[in-house]
Amino acid sequence: MSETSTGFGRVLIAVYAIFALAASARSIFQMVTDFEAAPLAYVLSAVAGVVYIVATIALAKGLVRLAWITIGFELTGVIVVGFLSLLDSDLFPDQTVWTAFGQGYGYIPLVLPIIGLWWLRRVTSAEGPP
Amino acid sequence: MTEGIAWFVAALALAVALYAVVLAVRNKPVDNPLFWAVSVVEIVLVITLIGGCVALARTSRDVDGGLFASYLVTVVVIPPAAVLWGIAEKSRWGTGVVIVALLTVAVLMERTLQIWQASSV
Repeated sequence: MSETSTGFGRVLIAVYAIFALAASARSIFQMVTDFEAAPLAYVLSAVAGVVYIVATIALAKGLVRLAWITIGFELTGVIVVGFLSLLDSDLFPDQTVWTAFGQGYGYIPLVLPIIGLWWLRRVTSAEGPP
Repeated sequence: MTEGIAWFVAALALAVALYAVVLAVRNKPVDNPLFWAVSVVEIVLVITLIGGCVALARTSRDVDGGLFASYLVTVVVIPPAAVLWGIAEKSRWGTGVVIVALLTVAVLMERTLQIWQASSV
C-alpha cells in the first residue's frame, strides 16, 4: 500500500471518489438530457469529473507525480472558473462543480485541492524526494 | 409523508455519523457497533430506494424520474463502498471515511427530496 493512501490519505481519497462520482454523473446526465442548454458548462463538468477520477486513482495507487499534476490542475480550474463565473455569468448558464468556487458544493471543491497539495507535500517530504 | 422519510433517513445517517465522530476522536478504527449501525442505515436506504421507485411509478406529478432514481441508487452504493475502504485502515482515519460517507448520504437525501418536490412548485 502506498503512503498517499494510508492514514489521513484514506479520508482524502474517499472525498475525492465522491466528487469524482458527483462531477462525472452530473456531466453525463446534463449532456444526455440537454446538451444545447449550456455546452461549455457541461463540457467543463466532464473535465472536472475526469480530473477527480484521475486524482482519486493517483492518490489511491500512490502515483505521486500524477497526483501533483491533477490536483494542481484542479486548483487552477476551480480558481479560474470561479472568477470567470463571477465576472460573466452568461458564460455558464448552468452550474458546474467549479462555478462560484464550488459554492453549490459547500466550497469543498476549492478547499479539497489545497488539502490535497498539503497532503502530497507532507507525504513526499517525509519520504524524501519522489 | 415523503418529506418525513427523507428527513428521517438523513437524521439516522447523521446520528450514526455522530457516533463515528466520537470513535474517531478517541482514535478508534471502525468497531462492531459502527459496522452494524451502518448496516442498519444501508437497509433503510435499500427500503427507501424501493419505496421511492414505487412512489415514482404511482405519482401523477411530473418528477424528473431518472435523476430521482439515480440519486437513490447512488446513496445505496456509498455506505458499503465506504465500509470496505474504511475498514482496511486500522486507525481513526478508517472511521473518518465512514463519517464522510454518512454525511454524504445525509446531503444526498436532502437533494433527493428537493428533486421530488421540484415538480410541485
